[in-house]
Amino acid sequence: MTDSPVLPPEDGLENPSQIEAEEIEAARLAAIAANDAEVDAEVRRHTRRNFIVAGVAAAAGLGGWKWLRSRPAEGGVAWPFRRVLEMNERISSAFFDPNRLSPTYDPSRVMRPARVNGGIGLAPNVDAENWRLTIEGAASPVALTLDDLRAFPRRELTTELRCIEGWTMIVSWTGVRLADVMARFPPPQPVRYLSMETPGRGYYVGLDVASAMHPQTLLAWALNGEPLSWQHGAPLRLAIPIKYGVKNIKRLAAIRYTNVRPADFWGERGYDWYCGH
Amino acid sequence: MKRLVRKHPLAIRWFHWINFPLLTVMIWSGAMIYWANAVYRIGIGRFTLLKMNLPQPVWKALHMNYRLADGMALHFFFMWLFTINGLAYVVYTIVSGEWRLLVPDRHSLREAWQVVLHDLHLRKEAPPQKKYNAAQKISYTLIIVMGVFSLLTGLAIYKPVQVNWLTALFGGYAMVRFFHFWLTVGYVLFFVVHIAQVVKAGWNNFRAMIIGTEVASD
Repeated sequence: MTDSPVLPPEDGLENPSQIEAEEIEAARLAAIAANDAEVDAEVRRHTRRNFIVAGVAAAAGLGGWKWLRSRPAEGGVAWPFRRVLEMNERISSAFFDPNRLSPTYDPSRVMRPARVNGGIGLAPNVDAENWRLTIEGAASPVALTLDDLRAFPRRELTTELRCIEGWTMIVSWTGVRLADVMARFPPPQPVRYLSMETPGRGYYVGLDVASAMHPQTLLAWALNGEPLSWQHGAPLRLAIPIKYGVKNIKRLAAIRYTNVRPADFWGERGYDWYCGH
Repeated sequence: MKRLVRKHPLAIRWFHWINFPLLTVMIWSGAMIYWANAVYRIGIGRFTLLKMNLPQPVWKALHMNYRLADGMALHFFFMWLFTINGLAYVVYTIVSGEWRLLVPDRHSLREAWQVVLHDLHLRKEAPPQKKYNAAQKISYTLIIVMGVFSLLTGLAIYKPVQVNWLTALFGGYAMVRFFHFWLTVGYVLFFVVHIAQVVKAGWNNFRAMIIGTEVASD
């Protein structure tokens, strides 16, 4: 800070002459001018120093940004972003509580007709008779018919389907718990992941086993009380309300238990692999 | 006679200028996410005053169409930095006592109205103030409250099952996305007014946000 200049007294003299008063006033103004000049110089020094710091900081920020954005892609996104998505996944997994449920609704509240979105891996010629769900990695090879699945305890679940695009709809699923099927055909050793795919692997998703075992994760054959149309994934699809819609694979043909993190169709195209709610 | 007055502590200047690009990236990436389902509007019933959307060629010209994945990756990266910087700012204002200059009191609403009248040249005298006038106190506190709600609504969209109680508190998933969006519109409006006020207040005031000190004349 600037030292306060000592100002000449403005009064206190007995009967100052006119000339003396003018001299005093001139000295006072000169002192003010000197002070102001010093303040201005001080501000210029502050400004120069701080603008240099600001410029360096801005350049560093911009450089950091350019570096982040130019890193080689991993799964369709620059690797630092992939690392942070994976870090977020570890945090989410650590806090994951299988008792927390997606909100459920009265079946009268379902959206009709259900919105159709995502046709990758689908085909209109569904042969439900000869269709089988295979499970690879169980103690012995498994190939289930729809009737085999219907022998498991039947579940109805009216909940929200949340699309990664940002829209939602209330849907009613009919099917069986994936956890029940997994308990009947368990892997010989505990596994960390499940891989799921359509016939010919047109579409595929990877799931962490905790999400697969969630009580609201169903293998569903009906939507809103009707058998699945081919656009909705006939004859069987995954209904997993604790994930975005992209994980709710339609026209499910094969499940594989694995300890190697499975490829995921959208996870390879820049999206979060986990997609967990 | 001129003198130098300390105005903004170094920490607050850093928090402010770090927040600026972070919030920009959050809004920009948020808009790329919003593009995938740009459904909101201003209107009543069947009457729509304004669709909260841009024509597709404009989105394209801005390179913001078909970038949902990139938008989400950016959003879920920079959310941490945005949150950390925001929390650090709040903690700093509490610990340093700066909050006393920022948080409005029971007179602030009336004084803020007088500030508005003064700014619109409808009132001659501005009400007396310390570092911030009443309108600033309300704005700068409100923006922090909005920030808290952006974090909470963001979490409620991000993990609507694991924090389903929070999502339900905001009226469910669709509602919470709606609030998260309109809070962002609030930041954009704040920005417009803020810039206008900074321009109006002049160089000495703006420079103080960088160098910390302001030149006062008595």
